[in-house]
Amino acid sequence: MEQLKTIGRELAMGSQGGFGQSKEFLDLVKSIGEARSKAEEDRIVLSEIDILKRKLLEPDIPKRKMKEYIIRLVYIEMLGHDASFGYIHAVKMTHDDNLLLKRTGYLAVTLFLNEDHDLIILIVNTIQKDLRSDNYLVVCAALNAICRLINEETIPAVLPQVVDLLNHHKEAVRKKAIMALHRFHRKSPSSVSHLISNFRKRLCDNDPGVMGATLCPLFDLITEDVASYKDLVSSFVSILKQVTERRLPKSYDYHQMPAPFIQIKLLKIMALLGSGDKSASEIMYMVLGDLFKKCDSSTNIGNAILYECIRSISCIIPSPKLLEAAADAISKFLKSDSHNLKYMGIDGLGRLIKISPDIAEQHQLAVIDCLEDPDDTLKRKTFELLYKMTKSSNVEVIVDRMIDYMISINDNHYKTEIASRCVELAEQFAPSNQWFIQIMNKVFEHAGDLVNIKVAHNLMRLIAEGFGEDDDDADSKLRLSAVESYLQIMSEPKLPSLFLQVISWVLGEYGTADGKYSASYISGKLCDVADAYSSDETVKGYAVSALMKIYAFEIASGRKVDVLPECQSLIEELLASHSTDLQQRAYELQALLALDARAVESILPLDASCEDIEFDKDLSFLNGYIQQAIESGAQPYISERERSGMLETTDYHSQDHHEVPSHALRFEAYERPKPSSLRTQASTELVPLPEPSYYSEAHQPISTSSVSERESSEIKLRLDGVKQKWGRPSYQSSTSASSTPPQAANGTSSHPDVGVGSSSLKPRSSYESKKPEIYPEKQRLAASLFGGSSSSRSDRKSSSGGHKPAKGTASKPPKENPIPVQPPPDLLDFGEPTATSVTATDPFKELEGLMDSSSQDGGSTDVMGVLYSDAAPVTTTTSVDSLLSELSDSSKGNPGTYQSQTSKGPNSQEALEKDALVRQMGVNPTSQNPTLFKDLLG
Amino acid sequence: MDRLMSLCVPSLDLRKHRSLIDSLEIQSCYLLSEHSCLASGFGSIHFVLLVSRQGKVRLTKWYSPYTQKERSKVIRELSGVILNRGPKLCNFVEWRGYKVVYKRYASLYFCMCIDAEDNELEVLEIIHHYVEILDRYFGSVCELDLIFNFHKAYYILDELLIAGEIQESSKKTVARIISAQDQMVEAAKEEAGSISYIIAQAS
Repeated sequence: MEQLKTIGRELAMGSQGGFGQSKEFLDLVKSIGEARSKAEEDRIVLSEIDILKRKLLEPDIPKRKMKEYIIRLVYIEMLGHDASFGYIHAVKMTHDDNLLLKRTGYLAVTLFLNEDHDLIILIVNTIQKDLRSDNYLVVCAALNAICRLINEETIPAVLPQVVDLLNHHKEAVRKKAIMALHRFHRKSPSSVSHLISNFRKRLCDNDPGVMGATLCPLFDLITEDVASYKDLVSSFVSILKQVTERRLPKSYDYHQMPAPFIQIKLLKIMALLGSGDKSASEIMYMVLGDLFKKCDSSTNIGNAILYECIRSISCIIPSPKLLEAAADAISKFLKSDSHNLKYMGIDGLGRLIKISPDIAEQHQLAVIDCLEDPDDTLKRKTFELLYKMTKSSNVEVIVDRMIDYMISINDNHYKTEIASRCVELAEQFAPSNQWFIQIMNKVFEHAGDLVNIKVAHNLMRLIAEGFGEDDDDADSKLRLSAVESYLQIMSEPKLPSLFLQVISWVLGEYGTADGKYSASYISGKLCDVADAYSSDETVKGYAVSALMKIYAFEIASGRKVDVLPECQSLIEELLASHSTDLQQRAYELQALLALDARAVESILPLDASCEDIEFDKDLSFLNGYIQQAIESGAQPYISERERSGMLETTDYHSQDHHEVPSHALRFEAYERPKPSSLRTQASTELVPLPEPSYYSEAHQPISTSSVSERESSEIKLRLDGVKQKWGRPSYQSSTSASSTPPQAANGTSSHPDVGVGSSSLKPRSSYESKKPEIYPEKQRLAASLFGGSSSSRSDRKSSSGGHKPAKGTASKPPKENPIPVQPPPDLLDFGEPTATSVTATDPFKELEGLMDSSSQDGGSTDVMGVLYSDAAPVTTTTSVDSLLSELSDSSKGNPGTYQSQTSKGPNSQEALEKDALVRQMGVNPTSQNPTLFKDLLG
Repeated sequence: MDRLMSLCVPSLDLRKHRSLIDSLEIQSCYLLSEHSCLASGFGSIHFVLLVSRQGKVRLTKWYSPYTQKERSKVIRELSGVILNRGPKLCNFVEWRGYKVVYKRYASLYFCMCIDAEDNELEVLEIIHHYVEILDRYFGSVCELDLIFNFHKAYYILDELLIAGEIQESSKKTVARIISAQDQMVEAAKEEAGSISYIIAQAS
């Protein structure tokens, strides 16, 4: 029977051409269905592409045929191949008057094109026309396309029509218009900011579908600005109430549940509105309580609503009764056999645990079962829960488990995440320094290349500073244990680069610090590292710098230094290295070895990695030299700002030029410029993307500069709302992120008035005595996780229950302070004054020239070197000294940034600032345009 | 081919449909690749994916911008993860900081990718809702229907989800608008037919 049906279906499709599809297409689908491998499938698709390319070139293709070709293109694209050669035909098809074809055209373009595709412009006109159609299906098709295709630039072209459609007599159109506006709001909030009242109005639409759709944009709006929607709390509550009382049409029922999707959306909104607002929360108690009673936990959708209730309760300020109901629901989830529900239960537990920390107690075993479940998803969720409930009493168990799991998985994305969580927990709750270093070693060893580099920096900083207390003895012990563990680990093959960097740095700073290991031993090890990882320049750089420190400490303490032969050969090899960075370091090391103890000590003082380094940014020690140069006829330096000031007129032009093209895409007659859109433009104007355009502005004729300006402005348009990626060095922000504590697991949550400190009265013994039949292993694990056998540990960290995290937060920020992480040393800044007189010389060359001139008595051919040794022979040694010390100190103080990096993009920040300034100047005239317009137009 | 709605029936009688049997080689083990920069999404649902048990793509809908290259990577990676999962496990997979909710109907996997903070059970029901609508439209839908009429499936999806948000939760309403569209199509067809008929007569 079944068989007959299928055959019949197939036949029907074959004969009728399956809604206009030809035999050819059916054959294609079939042959792909029969393909035995991906390669075969690809071959078939490629030949199909060839066929289509040929066919599309034929003149006068009948429309029916064309429609089929386009569906075939969609199919190709769906299978992951490029069908861009046919996009234009799909665009053309949207122009067709026949709805059938038009709809196919729209379907194809929405699947083919992204919103930033060039062809969009060709569609806008059609969309405008279709929005005006009196066939509501055409309007719907156009609105569907709008939701996918319209971008920031084209919003104004369709906005008025979409707004008009909000009052269309067909609810399907109203609904889609709402969704389109929602989409606009997400793309560019300013474009629809004056229309927000419409959303409120549509909430009262008498079609429940429209009302349901309106909840989507409202959810977004409320996320952005809770305060101005507080008045809607009671409306939402009453809507939810009506929904649960089955006041909506029966067609919205889903598995006997009244409009569940709308309920869930409402619950999400209520969670936002009730968060931290007692009075708003109180309005919701009733309806939430009802929901718990009404929800049928035997269906999946009922559970979905229950889960959403739990989430809402964890966000609002809940009543004890609701909490209890939520806890009950969670325990039902956890006890269920379904993995899905267990997962939801664990998730819910993680949410509620912030409010009532002891809720996890009763579910210990369930949690541990989930932790050991073969299902990875469930396991990960459980780790998330553990992460949330970590405190100093259970940190060791939890982190150990996490690391075991981390080692066992291959998924790099999750590995990264769990590694960073381990680090975070270890930083926050570490019971001892040794333990901390061990954990870090493990993390680095197994996930080294995935760990954020700032974790390495934090570790180095921590070792350098100790744990904050003024206990030098403990600090040096910490360092010693670090050094010892590293010396041990180093012998293992194939360590991650980042870990080696940390090792090298620590060995360099502290390897010889307390005399346990000799300089030659440590330097031998460092040479081994540089040898073994000879392809990794960063590691090599760290190793060389470490060597330099070791020798410097030796020289400074007056001991005689004999450079190991392998070290000597390493230096010689690096002197000829292709990497300027390594070369630089090698030269520095060589120069340093020749200096006397006093000089060396001032270059690399012992254990000074925490000291601030002062930069002489103005390079005042070169003043005399500059003076001389000017006297002998050199051009004085003109600062970049002044230079750009001179160029302002050209810049002005280019600004005008780019104003025109960006507004060239007008889709209707002149309109009055809106101040709001200009404002956003001014703000995006500051988005730095400058260097290419900056240089072209400065050095190229106007026409090209305007082009590049336009380019950059195009890029800028898309940057609105996107996180700034290449802007200022993100170092600061990242450290601040690391210093914010993870959500404190116990007690100290965002709800200060609930349940703080109750964790100290844990009835753990009751559980142990009650259930004796449980496997002892699990029991032990449970106890260690949930605080059973932790008495000794919690003694040490006595009363730490609710206290420690707070302390962690309090003590962290000051810890960050003493080492203000320097922005990457501004090497170009160094060279700037000179760089202008001799345009664009490589600062490194100059430095080398300087060094050469001192060591080889000016034998170099470098212009700067010659100039320098000619002009200022007296100051040579001191300035070289200071230069060197600045260089090496900076490399020492900031291990992450090494010179080759800084030389490439060093003063981008400065350039950005200047660029911004230039732009501001350029922009000002245009930003006055609105008033000008007003004046002109009255 | 099995009805999709006869839930989770893994057995597929191969003799029935010799012409359309997909290869049995499970192509799911395309190598998992390293990170790629996925664009951050906009809607609550980032994409919808229909994959057959053999890893063949039946339908894709991307609500967040992905390049063609990223798309195939996503499909490869996800089908690798999802098709290899056992039957009794969660219907959720954490994946690159997102969550993918999937459900198997007969030989077809329906997957939706959502943010980590979304309600997975709800999405599971959205999938089911979609399947129910498909079922109603095609009359006990099977994979074959979707293979040959994927554009229909797209139309229906467009009525259900817009920009990654659920737009209409009433089956009836969706069915009504789809059938209205179909009627228009039929009318257009007839019209075209009659015109060509007239032309044929005239000439």
